Amino acid sequence: MLRLEGLRVEQGSFAIGAHWPEQAPGIIALIGPSGAGKSTLISAIGGFLPATAGRILWNGQDITGLAPGQRPTATLFQDNNLFPHLTIAQNIALALRRRGMSTADQKARIAEGLAQVDLAGLGDRKPAQLSGGQQSRAALARVLLQDRPVVLLDEPFAALGPALKAEMLDLVKRVLSDRLVLMITHDPQDAARIADRVSVVADGEATSPEPTQGILQNPPDSLRAYLGQ
Amino acid sequence: MRRTGTLYAVLVLAIVLLPVLAVLRAGSVNLTFGAADWAALRFTILQAALSTMFSVVLAIPVARALARRRFVGRGALITLLGAPFILPVVVAVTGLLAVFGRNGLVNSMLDWFGLPIVSIYGLWGVVLAHVFFNLPLAVRLLLQGWALIPAERFRLAASMNLPVWHLLEWPMLRAAVPGAGAVVFLICLTSFAVALTLGGGPGATTLEVAIYQAVRFDFDLGRAAVLAIVQLLVGLTAALAAWRFAINGALGGGLDRVVARWDTAQLRTRVADGFWLCLVGLLLVLPLAMVVLRGLPALGDLPAAVWPAMGRSVLVAFCAAAISVGLGLFIALRGGWPATFAGAAPLAVSGMVLGTGLFLLLFPVVSPATAALPVTALLNALVGLPFALRALGPAIATAEAAHGRLADELGLTGFARMRWLILPRIRPALGFSAGLAAAFSIGDLGVITLFATEAGQTLPLMMYRLMGAYRMEEAAGVAFLLLGLSLGLFWLFDKGGRINAEA
Repeated sequence: MLRLEGLRVEQGSFAIGAHWPEQAPGIIALIGPSGAGKSTLISAIGGFLPATAGRILWNGQDITGLAPGQRPTATLFQDNNLFPHLTIAQNIALALRRRGMSTADQKARIAEGLAQVDLAGLGDRKPAQLSGGQQSRAALARVLLQDRPVVLLDEPFAALGPALKAEMLDLVKRVLSDRLVLMITHDPQDAARIADRVSVVADGEATSPEPTQGILQNPPDSLRAYLGQ
Repeated sequence: MRRTGTLYAVLVLAIVLLPVLAVLRAGSVNLTFGAADWAALRFTILQAALSTMFSVVLAIPVARALARRRFVGRGALITLLGAPFILPVVVAVTGLLAVFGRNGLVNSMLDWFGLPIVSIYGLWGVVLAHVFFNLPLAVRLLLQGWALIPAERFRLAASMNLPVWHLLEWPMLRAAVPGAGAVVFLICLTSFAVALTLGGGPGATTLEVAIYQAVRFDFDLGRAAVLAIVQLLVGLTAALAAWRFAINGALGGGLDRVVARWDTAQLRTRVADGFWLCLVGLLLVLPLAMVVLRGLPALGDLPAAVWPAMGRSVLVAFCAAAISVGLGLFIALRGGWPATFAGAAPLAVSGMVLGTGLFLLLFPVVSPATAALPVTALLNALVGLPFALRALGPAIATAEAAHGRLADELGLTGFARMRWLILPRIRPALGFSAGLAAAFSIGDLGVITLFATEAGQTLPLMMYRLMGAYRMEEAAGVAFLLLGLSLGLFWLFDKGGRINAEA
């Protein structure tokens, strides 16, 4: 259960705040205009930006000061989600590095992860030898095997075409449904497609997540302004 | 990582400062500066000033021609301009002797026309060799200045029919020439092998050569120390000047760009540009071609002592490359002021100053012959260090900027971060730095002259001795061997760093 307690993050003259009660597993869409601070908030939860005030709590434990690798979070960035000099299998193996697994177990887990994202047998390729969609799948496999309860999606599918993006979103819903996923999006259709909760990010605040259906049918003023309604 | 970084920074400080302190202590005992010493100081500054003037002034028309002409072989010429940087000085000197020496091409021609022949020894020989090495460097530095003028400015000047030279080129040169000049001046001040082979005699001895003679012939370590102090002061002054003029590295890319120009179509400018490009091409190609032409036939009957000398040289070169890159990596990862120091000090403090200091430190403990090869490897590594830092620092920064987040995300720290992120991403820079250090080292005729005996000589030292004994054929064979080794080692390391290193 993730809780944000009076969290505030500043980047230069820009600031974003969030105060969320405990969030159970499921998919939360962060929606709002560009420059509103969606990425900043996600970076702070992932540990890439320090919080200036407030706390981030996971199951009641304060994780605000932990390094990214120590948090219960896994992040998919907009780009550079795989090391270009390593094969897909090597990339994914890095996610299993500290588990103390035998090589055979590792191999089995990697094969399993690749199969889950429909990339079975492509582990020996380097990222540059895969298509954009396949690279996104490989990155998703990396996050799967990192096996963290919170997954942060910082618009990793933004460069894909509409059909591929929809496919990836469905895949996210299929393989990550038991975790808490925070997903940044510009598009209310993305939220409608897979998210069960929505937080509107505008005017320096990320509102407490509310059920998708209600919020899209009866948007608050800030979302209404963004959607142009 | 932080602790070892500090340790290595302290080590670098010690490597440079300990010899300097030894020199200062020994020199301060008896601070006399005789007439011969004054002459050496005067000659050092005179030859450096003349070399700088010719290098930079000639570089202006050459760089301008390269900047505004597109022609077949332009890329090859720019690559060729980089060659003297890794060319052993003794090899270049034999090439220059074959062209400008007593029996060289130029004098044969003069003689044929019944004109008096010219001598390459003394001031003008030293200046000629320095121009050979530094004209290409100055051209590359100024070419970067031209590359920095936005293409739109040339278009604007053309549309308004304004003079490009007064409006764009002259202001750029006013900013770029002092920096290029300061670098060349510093290099000529601290150059030893050129002055050793082409200078000499009372009228043409530099401070560096005077230090060598004081140690080697007179065994007057006090006088060597005094000379070293003066050389140190001169070098530091020039380095500070170079620093002030904020130099930009000569190793950067972006020289392959030719901007569209509308002021270059006249026959007169075309002929002039062609003239300058041919001149610099000949200046570079002729000596190198002569090294190959004279060396190749002499390869068959090289003295047997060549092979052990070559073994020692290759060993020293590999050690120097390893030390230079290892040290560079640790310092570059740590950054901060030690990196700045390590990037500048080896350029300002000459090899003979460090060599004299190490000689003073080691002489009471071990025999110079024993210390010769390790000291040479260490000092050669230091010479490569500023270039290694300039290549590795940005490479590490780029790797971190692009992939540091992902490494953080995966919890890669310490050794794992090095193995999975840093080392694979900076391999081209590692290869380049190692290649540069190896090439510098294998051709170096410097501190080894202070220490080595006949039994422990390296290839450049052997070549120098063969030249001194007028065994020119054998020297030519060794020169060819050295040329191949220095270019080959650089190519090997540089290529090794690039193989399979996709973006």
